[in-house]
Amino acid sequence: MSVWDPFRKLSTLRDEIDRLFDHPLSALSETTQPFLSGWLPAVDLFEDKDNFTVKAELPGMKKDEIEIALHDGVLSLSGERKSDEKYESAQACRSERFLGRFQRTLALPAEVVADKVHATYKDGILTVTLPKAEEAKPKQIEVTVK
Amino acid sequence: MIMKNAVVSQNEDQVVRENSRAERSYVSPAVNIFETKDGFVLEAEMPGVNKEGLEITLDGSALTLVGRRSDVAPQTEPIYQESRPTHFRRVFELDPALDTAKIDARMEQGVLTLSLPKTEKVKPRKIAVS
Repeated sequence: MSVWDPFRKLSTLRDEIDRLFDHPLSALSETTQPFLSGWLPAVDLFEDKDNFTVKAELPGMKKDEIEIALHDGVLSLSGERKSDEKYESAQACRSERFLGRFQRTLALPAEVVADKVHATYKDGILTVTLPKAEEAKPKQIEVTVK
Repeated sequence: MIMKNAVVSQNEDQVVRENSRAERSYVSPAVNIFETKDGFVLEAEMPGVNKEGLEITLDGSALTLVGRRSDVAPQTEPIYQESRPTHFRRVFELDPALDTAKIDARMEQGVLTLSLPKTEKVKPRKIAVS
């Protein structure tokens, strides 16, 4: 059993406040930083009769740095851009380009044929073509006159 | 009127200055600029621009980068669109210490890399003691 000491509690409170002033919002910024300042490349979704087309602006990537996954009608694009070792010793005067990981997911509006999805990467733009499943394609219904 | 703001150097020499005049029909590409011992390297992100769509002009000390997008959207309405189908443009004012005759440009996967070498006389030199 400890003796009740009214000033002990007070001093821990004081420590707590000091800690807050020393590291304002440190716990918060560590967890929220990746979400607030992450890299979100622009993504477009187009539709025509046979395909959905997804385009993502990913300038200056290498082919094997991009991952594409399709699961339950949700397309997920992710990847990572690493800093260029060439310029590691150089002094950065301006850095506006994003480094690190990105992830974008898109729910497709209709069923696609997963085996026939293909992707190309040209001029820094990733284009994923997703052929629609037969049942998702528009159908013409002929009217027979009797 | 042209508004200028110093961009680059940390140690307050004028190295590369940038013209920040707003250009409504263009977007400004994101750039990285590195200083090496031989000069500067500028990388500009211009997704959808290929070599043919690129226009780099040097007028006095003003270096203008223009990138015209060649990726034509599919002939269908977008369901969802975040990209802006606008061309890129950005103007930089070069320091006189750069050797403009030796500027080299490379375009790879939507990233323009310019190398801007310093003139021989401003490069750090080792002086041999005889």
